Amino acid sequence: MKSSIADFAVISPRTLAEALASLRQTPPPVPLAGGTDIMVLLNAGQLEPGVYLNLYSVPELRRPIEVSAGVRDAGTWGAGGADPPGEVRLSALTTYADVRRHAEVRRLLPMLPLAAREIGAVQIQSRATWAGNIANASPAADGVPPLMAYDATVELSSAAGVRQVALSEFYSGYKQTARRPDELITGIRIPVPAPGSIDYFRKVGTRKFQAISKVLLAGLVELGGSREIRKIRLVFASVMPFTYRARKTESVLEGRRLEPGAVSLAVETLRTELKPIDDIRSTARYRLKVACNLLEEFLGTTMGC
Amino acid sequence: MPDVLTTPAYRWVGHNPPRKESLEKVTGSAKYLDDLKFEGCLHGKTVRSTVPHGRIKKISFEPGVPWDEFTVVTARDIPGKNVVSLIELDQPFLADGLVRHMAEPVVLLAHPDKGMAEKAVKRVHIEYEELPAILTIEESLAGGNIQYGKDNIFKKYHIQKGDPESVWPKADVVIEGEYWTGPQEQLYIEPQGVVAVASPTGGVTVWGSMQCPFYVHKGLKPLFNLPDDRVRVIYTVTGGGFGGKEEYPTLPAGHAALLSWKAGGRPVKIVYDRMEDMWATTKRHPCKTRVKAAFTKDGKLLALKVDATMDGGAYVTLSTVVLSRGTLHAFGPYACDHVVIDTRAVFTNSPPYGAFRGFGAPQTIFPLELHLHRAACELGIEPHELRRRNLLHQGDRMATGQVMQEETGLEGLMWKAMDESKYLEKTKAYREHNRSSTRIKKGVALALFFHGAGFTGSGEVFLDSKAGLELTRDGAVRILSANTEIGQGSFTTHSQIVAEELRIPYEMVEVAVPDTAVVPNSGPTVASRTCMVVGELLRRAASDLKEVLVKSGALAGNGHTPSEFRAAAGKYLQRFGELKVYSKYKPPPDVSWDDKTYTGSAYAAYAWACYVADLEIDMATYQAQMKDFVAVQEVGRVIHPVIAAGQIEGGVAQAIGWALYEDVALKQGVMQNCQLTNYILPTTADTPPIRVFFYENPYQNGPFGAKGLGELPMDGPAPAIAAAVAFALGDRIIPRIPILPETILDAIS
Amino acid sequence: MSAPAEEKSSFVINGKSWSGAVHPLKRLLDTIREDVGLTGTKEGCGEGECGACTVFLDGQVVMSCMVPTCQAEGKQITTIEGLAENGRLHPMQESFAQEGGAQCGICTPGMIMAAVAYARDPGSAEDMREALAGNLCRCTGYIRIFEAVKKAMAK
Repeated sequence: MKSSIADFAVISPRTLAEALASLRQTPPPVPLAGGTDIMVLLNAGQLEPGVYLNLYSVPELRRPIEVSAGVRDAGTWGAGGADPPGEVRLSALTTYADVRRHAEVRRLLPMLPLAAREIGAVQIQSRATWAGNIANASPAADGVPPLMAYDATVELSSAAGVRQVALSEFYSGYKQTARRPDELITGIRIPVPAPGSIDYFRKVGTRKFQAISKVLLAGLVELGGSREIRKIRLVFASVMPFTYRARKTESVLEGRRLEPGAVSLAVETLRTELKPIDDIRSTARYRLKVACNLLEEFLGTTMGC
Repeated sequence: MPDVLTTPAYRWVGHNPPRKESLEKVTGSAKYLDDLKFEGCLHGKTVRSTVPHGRIKKISFEPGVPWDEFTVVTARDIPGKNVVSLIELDQPFLADGLVRHMAEPVVLLAHPDKGMAEKAVKRVHIEYEELPAILTIEESLAGGNIQYGKDNIFKKYHIQKGDPESVWPKADVVIEGEYWTGPQEQLYIEPQGVVAVASPTGGVTVWGSMQCPFYVHKGLKPLFNLPDDRVRVIYTVTGGGFGGKEEYPTLPAGHAALLSWKAGGRPVKIVYDRMEDMWATTKRHPCKTRVKAAFTKDGKLLALKVDATMDGGAYVTLSTVVLSRGTLHAFGPYACDHVVIDTRAVFTNSPPYGAFRGFGAPQTIFPLELHLHRAACELGIEPHELRRRNLLHQGDRMATGQVMQEETGLEGLMWKAMDESKYLEKTKAYREHNRSSTRIKKGVALALFFHGAGFTGSGEVFLDSKAGLELTRDGAVRILSANTEIGQGSFTTHSQIVAEELRIPYEMVEVAVPDTAVVPNSGPTVASRTCMVVGELLRRAASDLKEVLVKSGALAGNGHTPSEFRAAAGKYLQRFGELKVYSKYKPPPDVSWDDKTYTGSAYAAYAWACYVADLEIDMATYQAQMKDFVAVQEVGRVIHPVIAAGQIEGGVAQAIGWALYEDVALKQGVMQNCQLTNYILPTTADTPPIRVFFYENPYQNGPFGAKGLGELPMDGPAPAIAAAVAFALGDRIIPRIPILPETILDAIS
Repeated sequence: MSAPAEEKSSFVINGKSWSGAVHPLKRLLDTIREDVGLTGTKEGCGEGECGACTVFLDGQVVMSCMVPTCQAEGKQITTIEGLAENGRLHPMQESFAQEGGAQCGICTPGMIMAAVAYARDPGSAEDMREALAGNLCRCTGYIRIFEAVKKAMAK
């Protein structure tokens, strides 16, 4: 290990209020959730010495996954049954393993368990949290793209109160997020997509598991009766300096009928929209080509449905 | 159960008794170096160079660190010679004035607190006058910047048989190609680690994770100017070696001992973390090879020319012998009248490349086998058929002039491998599939090869190894050998051999800890020699021990029960106090080798093999994924089928990594992706089924007929995989490994 | 920071209560090896890639190099030393020994822990390959390990 832990201190608050109060100190302590990023940096001697805020000691941050009812839509859900599920809420310390084990989430938000399965390995999944993945703001975050494709919002709490920020508005640059230093991600709200929505998740890593993504696409499309694209989300990891929603390509597709011409137009648009990164794990050329391939695969299989 | 085509008539050989050390390993009680506690131990750290070539101008110690609590060692503190005793005396333990590669050790620090020691490393500042560096083979050979000898060449070899130059103009087809194999990180899961206790009065004692205690012993004597008996090196349970713990441990051992020496004999532990281990230690030599081959229209190999250059790094270390083995495997198991092999190892300002399973052979087998695949494609002959038409048979001469005394059996191995892998069906089906499918491309291909067991040429004679046995107090037998258990099962296979020869239960054989103060120098644990060469020494020692017991009258000459053996041993010990029997290496009678002309029998015994790789490439991601792997080999007698299969499977997996995943990204000559998250090893999910089949053609000079097999599986997979990739891509050869998805994309666009 | 550093920490390890003064950010791996004194849990990389440090934390498999000790507070930890019961090897340990699942052995404790977790809850991963993908082995090519796990699970 390349760090000396004597350079670090940890605060373990007992309540959320205590935790939020501690974040008002200058400099504020750094939240520590499952540790799967922070402990790696510590080992590599790359963790900033200072004070860390242990979230594990706060019971309010460890609530189980909540599935709440949405607005009844008689047309799709039939009359007389229970309310249809409308939203899933993950708490700050919900792990990937929690999601994989949750039958309802698996059914309602199938991209989440798919992403969870490919994050690290089982040992990582039992520690790593969705909120930590969001807060860490790595461009290679695997959990963020499906959440963004599902139009998730981030619940940010501070001593001053709670605010909701759309995940798609959360990032503004490399490691730049909307979270203020005095705020904590206390939950993630994910609306259940409209019935009949088609999703696509594919992670291209350096190997099958225990891999950092080289390209990842989480996609979600809502088709109308005559196969026109009502709504589409295309979210990429590891291609741009932060999790990237390809809005330009989305807008080219929205309102258009899903047919081969639309696919090639979308791929062409994406090719110019993306400005891929070049790093130790892959090349810009590879990322661009594979990102386009994945989009083609997504739209192609959707058409085949 | 692995498939062994034999009917063993033995009680222990050919069976699978439990490994000698497996109980400790599965319960976590085995003590690896870092598990050992030493009272008052200091933690040693190495401050390393950050330029590839430069003169040290100044070393300064940043204020704010309690330096008075530290033990600090530089080259000036060395009591003896600042040189690692290996083949040449060019590598210092600590850079003195000049650094010749990145990550070269310059200053050593020790402190009782690990975190403090770690922090202090960054507070030592070394100023350099930077000098021009040589970072590639091309730059090394370009002249201009000469840093070794008169041409930067560590060593050259030339093998000549016939005259290829006379053949090129006459041949129907001449095919040329250039190939590249990249460096490979060892990635033993236990990093380098040593503990040393050293002082002028007490001498030097080192415990460590290592393959070759006597290499370390040899290295430490001149460092401290001490005689043999004042230096003691003790093996601790070693978590993987692969060659990475052959020559390298001498450096950290010397470093820990220097720190302890200066710290008044307090124990000093040096354990590298993973990043330091990847950054600083030896890797497989990268190699660039040109192959030229002439054929008749129907695929008869008329002439072969191989020109290979290995990057040796900044010091000679073992490059000359790695190159030698590469040279002697460059021509493959084929009969050819006109062969020229030219090889060289060159200087660069990289950390020295070192021993790594296969030891140069995988680097030259890759280009030859892939070239034959290319030739088959160009000639329109099936790759297996092209091989078959050129195989070496009894009476044929290798490029070195060695005459094949018996059939290699290679053709049978090839048919078996093709049969088990359904090769012929698959080639047909995959061609069909690839014509219609754009999403997935499938490939299957084979490679044929041999691996010479034991040291090259006269190497074993120079080693002059000695191994022995002793009777224990309770009437059992203890093996006395310097050969280490690094996962390959040597303690077990040696015990089986001894038990078999003595006709006693396997449980009655123990293995002494390889400790230079206790065991004789039975040579290094390398070169696929441990079972074949040392195993035979032990078998002979066992035979002699039995004879001594019989002659003394303690043991009947016509068979005995275990309890009779125990009783006899007890009787003998009561009368004579102890019984130790040693045997020394004797070269097989019909083997001779000429180092000057590089002719003769390069190896006394060869293992032969045919491997088949089956894979598919996802054309959305360009990732090649192994689907199946068949490894068929003839290795002489298989002493322990489970261990033997484990060796083959592990070697194949390592070679799959080298071929498809493991990319050492060099910058300034040194690895920059030195974290496991950026250097990609195949996991369980990336490794295909590996199906292993053994044929046995007992070798008369090996114990119960055994030959060496540990390195063999590193040789064949890479060319088979690269050829399968070529197959999948419609005969498009990618002549370099690793074949990453990015490489495939670049190749097809 | 001038650090007051160590705090009282307590947990149950292999069925026995343990408490001691430990820095809260100390890697659980180091606490287990240095403070508790159980060295069966190994460090292969320190970055959560190799799995040699795998232990159970409240029944879940984790990389102990990635767990700060403060997050093990009050929890149940099981290490390789805690698998055998009443001096009898766990079936997984037995089959690793028999099938050649351990070569150099340094990955073995972590590998066995991951294998035991999978055997207890086969639904935790889609297959054995996925369940063990967090544990690197450089010796075996994994084939003997698969044999060992299959055999232990069949028992």
